[in-house]
Amino acid sequence: MTDLLAARAQMAMSLAFHIIFAVVGMGMPLLMVLAERRFLRGRDPIDREMARRWARGTAIMFAVGAVSGTVLSFELGLLWPSFMAFAGPIIGMPFSLEGFAFFLEAIFLGIYLYGWDRVSPRAHWLAGVMVLLSGTASAAFVLCANAWMNTPQGFTLGPDGALQSVDLFAAMWNPAAIPEILHMTLAAYATIGFAVAGIHAFLLLRHPGDRFHRRALGLALAVGGVFACLQPLSGDLAAKHVAEYQPVKLAAMEGHWDTKQCAGLSLGGLPDETTETTPYALEIPCGLSFLAFGDPQAEVKGLKDFPIDQRPPVAITHIAFQIMVACGMAMMAVAALGAYLKLRGRDLAAPWFLRLLVLSAPLGLIALEAGWTVTEVGRQPWVIQGLMRTADAVTPMPHLIVPFTTFTLLYVVLGVTVVLLLTRKVFTAPEES
Amino acid sequence: MMITPELMIAGVILIALMIYTLSAGADFGGGAWTLLASGRRAEDQRQLVDDAIGPIWEANHVWLILVVVLLFVCFPGAFAAVSTALHIPLTVMLIGIVLRGSAFAFLHVYTHAEQAHDPGPRRFSRIFAVASLITPITLGVTLGALSTGIHVDRTTGLVRTDFISEWLAPFPFAAGLFTLCLFAFLAAVYLANEAEDRELSDIFRRRALISAAVLSVTALLAFIAAGPGAPVIHAGLSSSGWALPLHLATGLAAVLAIVFLWQRRLLLARLAAMAQAALIVGGWAFAQYPYLVFPDFTIADAAAPSTVLVPVLIALGVGAVVLVPSLVYLYVIFKTRRRPGH
Repeated sequence: MTDLLAARAQMAMSLAFHIIFAVVGMGMPLLMVLAERRFLRGRDPIDREMARRWARGTAIMFAVGAVSGTVLSFELGLLWPSFMAFAGPIIGMPFSLEGFAFFLEAIFLGIYLYGWDRVSPRAHWLAGVMVLLSGTASAAFVLCANAWMNTPQGFTLGPDGALQSVDLFAAMWNPAAIPEILHMTLAAYATIGFAVAGIHAFLLLRHPGDRFHRRALGLALAVGGVFACLQPLSGDLAAKHVAEYQPVKLAAMEGHWDTKQCAGLSLGGLPDETTETTPYALEIPCGLSFLAFGDPQAEVKGLKDFPIDQRPPVAITHIAFQIMVACGMAMMAVAALGAYLKLRGRDLAAPWFLRLLVLSAPLGLIALEAGWTVTEVGRQPWVIQGLMRTADAVTPMPHLIVPFTTFTLLYVVLGVTVVLLLTRKVFTAPEES
Repeated sequence: MMITPELMIAGVILIALMIYTLSAGADFGGGAWTLLASGRRAEDQRQLVDDAIGPIWEANHVWLILVVVLLFVCFPGAFAAVSTALHIPLTVMLIGIVLRGSAFAFLHVYTHAEQAHDPGPRRFSRIFAVASLITPITLGVTLGALSTGIHVDRTTGLVRTDFISEWLAPFPFAAGLFTLCLFAFLAAVYLANEAEDRELSDIFRRRALISAAVLSVTALLAFIAAGPGAPVIHAGLSSSGWALPLHLATGLAAVLAIVFLWQRRLLLARLAAMAQAALIVGGWAFAQYPYLVFPDFTIADAAAPSTVLVPVLIALGVGAVVLVPSLVYLYVIFKTRRRPGH
């Protein structure tokens, strides 16, 4: 393994690990705030119990998210010092604001988790709202920075190539920022809704008729379902944006090799970079042209139009994209089915539907990891699109396989511990009332 | 000294480091006392630490994030050089941060009774305590290494390093040991102040006095090691114009802390200890001035363009308006006298 590959692997592993806990920090406050608001309105102790139990699980996840996020902020420098030496100031505004948002999130989460008996119910609920707002804002700021790596702007270089002046707000509100923020925020809420609904479905299968799990399942599924069904709108916006600003990424996502009008949309298929074809794909005529530009006759650039050393790994990007879309579609289908059952007055706790929900629980997480794979691998070989290659950004530090192995082992142990603790101590906890 | 934007940013970084020392530093020190908990009331000692840091450690931790972000935004070249040359101690520090925070959160899944007797939570408590030692030491090593010297290759503009010699030296490790002792001292003073029952408070009062003694020994060690290892610090601390008043003020705060501890005036002892720690961090920074990283990065040379610094300063000001009341609210809720009823 070369040092560059080890550095990329460590970064990818750290991000893949952190993202799970980050979406918990975004999504769980939404569920807790909704449950607690129901309690404040109806004074049914079950609602309060729901918020409390969710909070116990969230406490663990948030702590792991905070420390793994710290690792990432250092890893930017430990692994990619040349990238940070150049980009650090330009993406300074979102990162500074993220610092404050994270601060508020940690403060109000402390109040929320430990303050049940120390502040008034209303103040407690408001602390939860602050966690929700700052958690989502914090993610939005980080996304602005990531978006800048895809569509860099807002700076001028001197004749020696050094940074001359910076327009921090132009850099922050680069073209990719809004599509990324919308797509990721909806993804986080949908993912958490489905994951939590799946867990309660599993527990309901074990304890049929349990009122607590029924209500928790209903709330979580409603949240997950609504956001899953909104997601295609932001997905469409993101795709049109990529088509305009990162045509080579779009081509890789689609396994689309030849520039043409009325380009077909490939479903499935296995891109082959040596033959420059994507065999085994099912093609919808003119589908890609329509989805990317809103016009079935629009011309879509193919990979062959780009030099080989500027193309991302096509197979990974294409397959990850297919997985993301497939998971999203499946979530929408489950959400629609749930809505249909509910409208027909049927029982959502029917065993077959519960089993379906258990199966759907990881779909959001899979889509999320796949989506980030598309964004990050699809930007290669650049760390800053068109400006700095990933290979030129890596640290000169040798033996990077050592930290990669160390952090991988550390995160495996942490991940297993979190799962064991959640299953043994949190989900199965006796009622506290 | 003209007040430039980069100097103001450096000032904010210094203040953040001071607050980090006073808050998160004491949280790490609490971990050290969990490790050293002993005697008939060992479990109560661990519980006291636990209650003291539970609701606040995550917020306290964010000061470090703020420092890192300000470094890479406002002093990007220095940040890149430091994270290249000090890759190894920084990585070890991160492992300490990860293990400490997660083990502490895992511990809290269990009830108090389980924490005292079950093997699972005992293991998490042990990991939490040991990891609490790793981070202060490596943080001190890192800060110490900023003064021993990180060099830039004039032709390539890249840092010239063997990844080891910058930090594997007597001065950084003396600084690491000193940092650990300072954090443990602060924690002992806070815990003596926060303990509700007299016996427990006296245990930590005694420990605070002992750690004050150990702290002065490690301070002397660090000062001696600075002679050959970090001449910029040594010169700053021994011969500059402000050195004497600073030493006097730090010494006064240290003596007052000991006297107040002795007299059992624990809130005053706490304030004196906090002043002492803040003066130590400030003294280190002033000795280091004008260098951010000795000898190739001064604050003025290493700064990003002012089109970055000024908006960031404004953002910091606006952020502070939201942050400060929230932090005060957090501390008022959890640090005013009242034991939580679990």
